[in-house]
Amino acid sequence: MGKPTRVTNRIRALRFAAGEMTQADLADKVGVTRQTVIAIEQGRYSPSLEMAFQIARVFDVPLDDVFQYPKEK
Amino acid sequence: MPFEEKISWVNAVVMAIVPVAYFVIMLGRLGDTPAADISYQWPLLIAIGASIVLTIVGSILAGIGTGISAELRGRSASTEIDRKDERDKQISRHGDLIGFSVSSFGMVGVLALTMLEYEYFWIASVLYLSFVVGTLVGSVVKIVSYHRGF
Repeated sequence: MGKPTRVTNRIRALRFAAGEMTQADLADKVGVTRQTVIAIEQGRYSPSLEMAFQIARVFDVPLDDVFQYPKEK
Repeated sequence: MPFEEKISWVNAVVMAIVPVAYFVIMLGRLGDTPAADISYQWPLLIAIGASIVLTIVGSILAGIGTGISAELRGRSASTEIDRKDERDKQISRHGDLIGFSVSSFGMVGVLALTMLEYEYFWIASVLYLSFVVGTLVGSVVKIVSYHRGF
């Protein structure tokens, strides 16, 4: 609980690139609540692999274009 | 606010109000009555019944509020209420697990009181308190998880 995830994402940028898709629209397409989309965007929640693929599929891009995991220093 | 979070708020508020009223009344009776003579059965049953009824009423009101809010935003009320995703389920499990752990500690106290042959009033009170605190802590953990991240 409360542990920040190291997974970063470009969902916000991808939403705007996809015709300024709203968080609610993305939530409807993936089948989650808008609050979950907000939590993922803000890095407060790491989605399951399945949800991550569903999000990538909405934008029609590879998973790596949506989610990134920084290398250990 | 997700519907599941609203339900957690309902649980937390009910578990903060009803048991406090019960314990204020019952502990007040200890002033002039020995614990062994306190008639706690009906008040306890009423408190449990009131908690159940208030939780149901609160959940219905939360559902109505969510539905109205959704319709005003041009969205489906049933979708807003029924939608429960993996994050909701994980937060729910997390809160329930911690709440159950807290209740379990209370059960150890109940066991100790029973072995020490305390009056039924104390055993019932600690049992009820364990359940209440466990539920309250579980609900608060869920609310905090929704806000701080999970």
